[in-house]
Amino acid sequence: MSQPLEEMLRIEGGRVLATLVRLTGDFQLAEDALQEAVLVALQKWPHEGTPSNPAAWLTTTAKNKALDRIRREARRPEKEEEAVRLLDGAPAQPPDGQDDRLRLLFTCCHPALSMDARVALALRTIGGLTTAEIARAFLVSEPAMGQRISRAKQKIKAAHIPYRVPEDHELPDRLPAVLGTVYLIFTTGHHAPAGRLDARVDLSREAVRLARLLFELMPDVNECAGLLALLLATHARHRTRLDESGRLVLLADQDRSQWDGAAIAEATALLDATLKRRSAGPYQVQAAIACLHSAAPTYAATDWEQIVMLYRQLEHYLPTAVVRVNRAVAEAELAGPERGLELLATVEGTARWHMWWSAKADFLRRLNRTVEAAHAYREALSCEMNDSDRRFLEGRLGDLVAASDS
Amino acid sequence: MPKYAALIYTPAATEGQGTPEQWAQIMAEYNEFGEKAGAAGVVAGGEALEPTATATTVHVSGGKGGEMLTTDGPFAETKEVLGGFYILDCADLDDAIKWASQIPGAWHGKIEVRPLMVFDQ
Repeated sequence: MSQPLEEMLRIEGGRVLATLVRLTGDFQLAEDALQEAVLVALQKWPHEGTPSNPAAWLTTTAKNKALDRIRREARRPEKEEEAVRLLDGAPAQPPDGQDDRLRLLFTCCHPALSMDARVALALRTIGGLTTAEIARAFLVSEPAMGQRISRAKQKIKAAHIPYRVPEDHELPDRLPAVLGTVYLIFTTGHHAPAGRLDARVDLSREAVRLARLLFELMPDVNECAGLLALLLATHARHRTRLDESGRLVLLADQDRSQWDGAAIAEATALLDATLKRRSAGPYQVQAAIACLHSAAPTYAATDWEQIVMLYRQLEHYLPTAVVRVNRAVAEAELAGPERGLELLATVEGTARWHMWWSAKADFLRRLNRTVEAAHAYREALSCEMNDSDRRFLEGRLGDLVAASDS
Repeated sequence: MPKYAALIYTPAATEGQGTPEQWAQIMAEYNEFGEKAGAAGVVAGGEALEPTATATTVHVSGGKGGEMLTTDGPFAETKEVLGGFYILDCADLDDAIKWASQIPGAWHGKIEVRPLMVFDQ
């Protein structure tokens, strides 16, 4: 099978599935019917040619497959009649004009579902990834992931989680779950928990695609633009983060000429447009930080003053350990490593987090407190992390030990 | 329309506690909810339960027809106890969550929203 056909079916599939879920009101039935339609497409299209509107073709075929299934499985004739009437008479276009994929995304990311379930469902239904692919990305077995997905679908059905886009006044409650899901998919891809740092970079690409879809469907919601800008500006730097041996390269030492200038420009433009609408949020602030880093011609020319200010603002929204450690690193660029150490000391619950130890080790190294720095690197290395981060920290510790021996 | 049980859990420590004034206040809150949800046609049933100290747990050991064991107290000693429930008739889970958030138990404790099982035949 040719790659483009597979890719097209995957992308069109998300759109078709979204429509089928609306028409049938049943995730599992919609998915089974789509799968059958895709099989027919794979048999027919290579020699009969791709239809002019593949999505419409897939929708009609899948709708018929769904009807077949309902007829086969209906235990009561009234149920069958009702389903046939619903499916046959239903217009392919949603009555409220909302894109079905947006509806699907809000349902898959409903706050009544666990974050694990949201991520898996979004990737499965909108992203079109297979259960095996999602299982690999999140380091769980395929049966366990399959169970997670089917439980979530079961809950949507039994608890009647609605298939709709929330009203404007509900968005403050509902949007964070959707944005958070896409962001988690991105960070899992951008910073793989195990193996090489870039082992799951396909997940980052998928997250950028989802963020773009969300922005296209809700262009007036600032945080949607903010999330897309954040992902674009961050993903733009992904190619230069490792050396040939797979070891992490710090921002200061990366080859900036290899960054994706078009993506950075797009992120900056998105962010500029949101500033005019004056409604900030955590994704816009993070995007602003990412854009400042990506737009700096050299590390030395980075606008640390602005970045520190933004981190202080971000900490106001998200007082998490990640944000506070990042803020400490930025403040140390302005006010020196002592300031960084002071701030790190106030972050709690990080005893087993390698990034806290590695930030501390770096501050101590810069202050020539070699023995303490070596201790901090060893503590960092005793935590769990991916191979790229580990190779980097081992290198730093090795340099430190070699320097103090000579 | 799907039906949901809104199970009202409150801290065990406060069970059966409180001054008459506090009780009156809570009862007033429940009456307010009952009137509002009743007028909207949402409430399809509901009861308050006596404290867990009055509970008896029954188990038949070794399968059907086996030995009956009764123990004093609730099924499990927990920090939060089931104090009562409503049966809510709602359009969907969002609607059920909206109503559940207005039950006084939502601020005195927590509400678990569970869909009632629908038997096909």
